[in-house]
Amino acid sequence: MSGFGGFLLRRAAGTVVTLLAISVIVYVVFYVTPGNVAQITCGPRCSPEQVHQVAEQLKLGDPLYVRYWHFLQGLFVGQDFSTGTSVEHCAAPCLGQSYQTGQQVLDIILAKLPVSVSLVLGAMVLWLLLGIGTGVLSAWRRGRLSERVLTAVTLAGTATPVFVIGLVLMIVVCGELQLLPFPQYVNFSDDPEQWAWNLLLPWLSLALIEAASFARLTRAAMLETLAEDHIRTFRAYGVAERSVVGRHALRGALAPVIALNANNVGSAIGGAVLTETLFGLPGIGQELVHAVKVVDLPVVVGMVLVTGFFVVLANAVADVLYAVADRRVVLA
Amino acid sequence: MSEALAAVGTAGTDSSVPAVSGARQFWRRLRAQRAALGAAAVVALLVLVALAAPLLTALEGQDPTTYHPALVDSARGGVPIGSFGGIGADHWLGVEPQTGRDMFARLVYGARVSLGVALAATMIQVAIGVAAGVAAALGNRWVDQLLSRATDVIVSMPLMIMALALLAIVPSSFPRPVLVTLVIGLIGWGTIAKIVRAQTLSLKGLDYVSAARLSGWGTWRVARRELLPGLAAPVITYAALLVPTNISVEAALSFLGVGVKPPTPSWGQMLTAADVWYQAAPQYLLLPAGALFVTVLALTVLGDGVRTALDPRAASRLRVGTGRKDAAAQKGAAQDTAAQDSAAQESAATGKEASA
Repeated sequence: MSGFGGFLLRRAAGTVVTLLAISVIVYVVFYVTPGNVAQITCGPRCSPEQVHQVAEQLKLGDPLYVRYWHFLQGLFVGQDFSTGTSVEHCAAPCLGQSYQTGQQVLDIILAKLPVSVSLVLGAMVLWLLLGIGTGVLSAWRRGRLSERVLTAVTLAGTATPVFVIGLVLMIVVCGELQLLPFPQYVNFSDDPEQWAWNLLLPWLSLALIEAASFARLTRAAMLETLAEDHIRTFRAYGVAERSVVGRHALRGALAPVIALNANNVGSAIGGAVLTETLFGLPGIGQELVHAVKVVDLPVVVGMVLVTGFFVVLANAVADVLYAVADRRVVLA
Repeated sequence: MSEALAAVGTAGTDSSVPAVSGARQFWRRLRAQRAALGAAAVVALLVLVALAAPLLTALEGQDPTTYHPALVDSARGGVPIGSFGGIGADHWLGVEPQTGRDMFARLVYGARVSLGVALAATMIQVAIGVAAGVAAALGNRWVDQLLSRATDVIVSMPLMIMALALLAIVPSSFPRPVLVTLVIGLIGWGTIAKIVRAQTLSLKGLDYVSAARLSGWGTWRVARRELLPGLAAPVITYAALLVPTNISVEAALSFLGVGVKPPTPSWGQMLTAADVWYQAAPQYLLLPAGALFVTVLALTVLGDGVRTALDPRAASRLRVGTGRKDAAAQKGAAQDTAAQDSAAQESAATGKEASA
């Protein structure tokens, strides 16, 4: 068991190192740009005095490592900002302040996060169910017509950009058939039923694309497992085919599926940006696109750090799950 | 031609004998897959269209950037005049709402942007990924640690998010298509570096590589002469699957309004306002969406075909290639990595973002 504990420790340490490295890179890339950092940070509409003030605040006179140290301090113990007239405290984890709206970046992100989490988690449930189900079915039905149809459909799914399927769904379901109104985000706490109905199309747009990749992977992994000796043994013992495929082969195929799910958290966040923009959902994706368009640098940097944090976390969790599913990993 | 036929003709009998060169065996296995052949034809056609864009638009007598205000009904918000968005002899696929720019010209020039950006970005990703992967595998402990950490970091950054963020800080005077290419290329190399590092490590232990090292060859010479040929199969496979992913990413960025900007046409960008016009000008939605779909689909199928042609295990399911016995013999050691292998390749094949 100490092996497993050690594995967990090593993995946790690796996660922290990766997160720190991400923060260094993000900091260097965004605050050591060749252009005028104060001007970019403040935004295109800032007056020279404001730009000067921002330059003071960012302590642009200090060497880079000192500035990064302050940035880290902000993340872990908080930071004080002077706004010229008053001093504002930014509690840890402090991601800085938007100079264009005056809000703290963390507040902006936290306000938008429930929408994005609702979108991604709901879609994840859908894509796992749809993807794994389709994959198992097409491995089971190998060589028959139904398998070919499923394969063709999933292939088409992988080739469709998420905003194209979203556009088509929106136009057909909301526009032509008028089955659903155009989505308007409703808080889960306000009205769970309306929350679900309004998120149905965004969920589907995001999930159908991701489900296709899961279906393909599950099918490939299932076929690989089905060719293994222990499956032949099960069959020789007369275990029902349904149980061989649905239980024993599926167990062997789950490890790569777990790995892919972690991998896809990043791409799902990217897909969420598109889905939110397309359906007008007020999540962090839409906010990021807005921040990019108006060049609100502190918000952009904060978003990159927060999404990177989620992806690293998802990868770590997946590694642990992978190790639980397949103990050989621990020894490696 | 007769040579090719002969190769296919004998494939069933002597395929397990490695007498044919790698390249010829690859072509033979690719040709054995009808879907991949069809996809290759479509891709070739698309590349031709992209290359011949100025020629095609000259034939039509239009160009992608000229406004035709007379062809849109300004009283109705800029709806194209005429049926199906103004399709006719002058404008083969109609005109864009509001601006009246020629759809056919924008579509074929859009192919240039899509394919050009995706191919160039893939080359950057492959160059960085192979360099980082080989260096990590051959370098000392510190080099490996440093490069592997860097790879972990780059893999952990969602490509779309990073691309969006980077596009924010670069001055808008920088040529947009080049910028999008660089951004996609510089962020998306993580997975290929991981694959190359793992493959190089396993090649490093093989006898012929050890022999070369023992005979006094330098690291650089061993890498170039002995390792790179062994890396070709996984790298080509993964690169083929990266191209459609990069096309999707470019389209997505342009759709969001931060990628390729007007007047340069891009399929993703054309879809930005398409939902507003779908009733008045359905072709404005359907053409770029269809072009994207067909291109990504053809490239994905071709990429799958390339993978099957290069993968001995997958090739055993074809009529040509190594026999079933070889596949069975390869199990054991291969089995452990196989699942992860296919996980990585599958996510490459299907993920909207390479390695996210």
